[in-house]
Amino acid sequence: MPYTRFSLPAPNLGRLRGLLLCAALLLTPPAVAGAWNLDALMQALAQHPASRASFVESKTLAMLDAPIESSGELRFRAPDTLEMRTLKPRPQTLILEGNRLTADFDGRIHHINLDDHPDAAVLVDSIRATLNGDRAALEREYTVTLVGDRAHWTLTLVPLNARARARVSEIRIAGRRGQVRSIAVEQADGDHSLMTIREQAEP
Amino acid sequence: MSRAVLALWLAVLAACALVIAHSRFAADLSAFLPRAPNTQQQVLVDQLRDGMVSRLVFAGIDGADAPTRAALSKALAQHLRAGGLFLSVNNGEPVNAGRDYALLSRYRYVLSPDTTPQAFSAAGLHTAIQTAIDRLASPLGGDLKTLLPADPTGATLQVLSRLSAAARPHEIDGVWASPAGTRALLLLQTRAAGTDTDGQQAALAAVREDFAAAQRELGPQATRATLVLSGPGVFAVQSRATIKGAAERVSLIGSALIVTLLLLVYRSLPVLLLGLLPVLTGVAVAIAAVGLGYGVVQGVTLGFGTTLMGEAVDYSIYLFVQSGTRGNGADARRDWLRRFWPTIRLGMLTSVAGFATLLLSDLPGLAQLGAYSIAGLISAALVTRFVLPQLLPRAFAVRDLSAVGERLLNVVARLRRLRRPLALLVLAATAVLLAQRAHLWNTRLSALSPISPAALALDAQLRSQLGGPDSGDLVAVNGASADTALAAAEAVAPRLRALQAQGIIAGFDSPARYLPSRATQRARQAALPDAPTLQRHLDAAVQGLPVKAALFAPFVRDVAAARTAAPLTRADLAHTSFALALDGMLLHGADGRWTALLPLRAPAAGDIDGARVAAALAGSGAHYINLGQASNTLYDGYLKSAARLSLAGLGAIALLLVIALRSPRRAARVLAPLLAAVVVVAAGLLLLGVKLTLLHLVGMMLIVAVGSNYALFFDRGNSTGGIAPRTLASLVFANLTTVAGFGPLLFSGVPVLQALGATVGPGALLALWFSAVLSAPPAKTAGVRAAIPR
Repeated sequence: MPYTRFSLPAPNLGRLRGLLLCAALLLTPPAVAGAWNLDALMQALAQHPASRASFVESKTLAMLDAPIESSGELRFRAPDTLEMRTLKPRPQTLILEGNRLTADFDGRIHHINLDDHPDAAVLVDSIRATLNGDRAALEREYTVTLVGDRAHWTLTLVPLNARARARVSEIRIAGRRGQVRSIAVEQADGDHSLMTIREQAEP
Repeated sequence: MSRAVLALWLAVLAACALVIAHSRFAADLSAFLPRAPNTQQQVLVDQLRDGMVSRLVFAGIDGADAPTRAALSKALAQHLRAGGLFLSVNNGEPVNAGRDYALLSRYRYVLSPDTTPQAFSAAGLHTAIQTAIDRLASPLGGDLKTLLPADPTGATLQVLSRLSAAARPHEIDGVWASPAGTRALLLLQTRAAGTDTDGQQAALAAVREDFAAAQRELGPQATRATLVLSGPGVFAVQSRATIKGAAERVSLIGSALIVTLLLLVYRSLPVLLLGLLPVLTGVAVAIAAVGLGYGVVQGVTLGFGTTLMGEAVDYSIYLFVQSGTRGNGADARRDWLRRFWPTIRLGMLTSVAGFATLLLSDLPGLAQLGAYSIAGLISAALVTRFVLPQLLPRAFAVRDLSAVGERLLNVVARLRRLRRPLALLVLAATAVLLAQRAHLWNTRLSALSPISPAALALDAQLRSQLGGPDSGDLVAVNGASADTALAAAEAVAPRLRALQAQGIIAGFDSPARYLPSRATQRARQAALPDAPTLQRHLDAAVQGLPVKAALFAPFVRDVAAARTAAPLTRADLAHTSFALALDGMLLHGADGRWTALLPLRAPAAGDIDGARVAAALAGSGAHYINLGQASNTLYDGYLKSAARLSLAGLGAIALLLVIALRSPRRAARVLAPLLAAVVVVAAGLLLLGVKLTLLHLVGMMLIVAVGSNYALFFDRGNSTGGIAPRTLASLVFANLTTVAGFGPLLFSGVPVLQALGATVGPGALLALWFSAVLSAPPAKTAGVRAAIPR
């Protein structure tokens, strides 16, 4: 009888990381006075008000003659549930709960367990660390660089793990104060994407 | 002459020892599975006996915390995979993922039902590529990016999701876990066949040892975890241990009781040993006869051997006690042979007549019981008649039991006054039987199983936690080869899809999903265009899309390879996760034929309407099977046939008595107390809440077999002026040994043996009492005698 198990090929780590980092933008902490540094940013991001935002993403792939555009909305529920609802060009919903990723495209549900993909799991844990304001944990997985000022900052994450770096060379998160405005992912093969995010008022 | 008889006896004993030494002994319930079933039953029996399903072991790790359980699961799986006793070890770790993916990728076009000419036309490819580009926009598009050049139609992911649709257990910390998360789960498949109980036992011992080793490796936290095991093999090993233990215990207790009784009466060790000779010879001949006739001796049959002691030991008791004590021993024995032997012979023959009908049973277990009893009783009687008298010393004598007999005669005289109460008792018992006639029988096969309800509950729990098929609803199709069976499975699929559309079933699985028939594979290959055509279609398909046809060069290459590739075979699936699924659904029967099983999923609303499924399958050659129902129907059939055989046995006994006694009235008189005992015992069991099984039926036959001796001696007493005191004493003595032999079965813990004990123990006692109650008063009181016909 069918006691089979399957797993999808390792998900695109860059995309996944992008998805997780989207959560960061949903955190809208109050402006913090004092010096602007990594600790200040972590503290701002670690706030957990449930929130939602719309996004527009542009992907540039070498195999395609033109970039592809997608748009939709993001929701974050504390502590670790992130939902990404793509509306265009084709409806699709991704829900990340703990380390379980559920994808629903065209009515077909796929379950992807991050435990099956240890390299991805490391990254996810690191991103959780970010959301929790755990700088030490973040720095176990990435080389973290912060440039700019409170009104216009960019956080650059470069994976320390060679396997992860073979897929994603760099992630750049840009924002203003406690808000994330964009997430750019540079892949090792030269493909890249830019997601711009606009916060929405609580429904 | 006498020497020749002794030599023959010794030669037979030696031959028996030789046969027994070479006999195989089995201790599972397969003796109570049918021998010549129909097609539908064959599937069930194959499944239970040899199917891949019979090799499954469900394991659970309880206690400790979730990470520890997961670590234990992984360590245990690693040990077991290295050990080589298991064909597969599944615990949720993606050990086969790479191989699975490679296989699916390679055979994606023959595995996918979407491989049609339309899908590879310019229009079909355009739609597929458009969809793929849209998907690239998704966060999971990274997968597609690598797949797109070789697989723009998405066949790999489609096949993957089709084959992974089957239910899969929950996962915690990377291993399978129960839905509540309190138990780590493993699904093992032994290399040993389900019928190889020794192999199963070795495999289970390996699991326990490896678990203990894993606990030691993982430290103190891990020692708090416990392992639970279930599955057909676990049951087989448990049953064997239970039956073996019970048979040994019961034999020991029964023997001890009988020997004690014999010693109390004989007060002589030599007499005791001589008295046991017929029984021991009987047991040896019986085991050898079963070994020769059936190849395998069932443990249940062996356990039954102890009960034979209770009856066969009677023969020597009759000889010793009835042949008197004083004077010329040899003369007394000649006298005994003349006066009593015919009665004993008739009693033995009635037993044999009863058991002979069991030989006709389709259940090997029952047939073995019949063969065992017949061989044992005949040889015990022959040894009593021909061997024992020669072995007795000239001055052999046992204690005179005449005095005891005289006292017993008074008891019998008082018992005769109980005729009216007895008649009322029998009437009441009959009323009970009639009132309960709809609920007399326990028609569930599990009624014979020595597996405890707790073990069955654990099994059901583990199965449901592992997401196994629990409804047991199947559609079976047959074929001369694996391929024809697969083709038949494909042919029946449209009917099942129609049932699915109507909501009668929620869905179904099929071995053809994992291994399509050759014809289907060829048809799918034929749907693939050749390279120039495909290239042309691609060039047209990319018009208006942001992609160049050149990107799909790997696709053109893969399709060209798939068109001419050798078909996917069973062997290709080995070492992938699909092998277990396929082997569970594609069975190679003992007769060389193949059976494809298509498990049905019940709708959420409730059970599957079997009648409608069967109706939808009419004329297709496919059978609908509900495993639980089928096994009970099967058992029910055997119960009915056993009931018919028992009635036939009763008929044979009655006929034999009429012929031997040359009087229907005397025959009826002999049978009356025996039937009364059967009716009262059956009613008593029902009143105690026991539902009757096959073995109760066999027990009732034994009541008649054993009891016929008592009734015949009372009948003999009728024609010789009342039963002699010594004869009566020997009957009571023989009865006590019978009860001592069967009584301990009640405490065996094995339902099959308990049923025998509960029936024969009280039944034999009642048969003697009722024979006494219904016996004619002594001739000297002529007035009373004249009153009998009244």
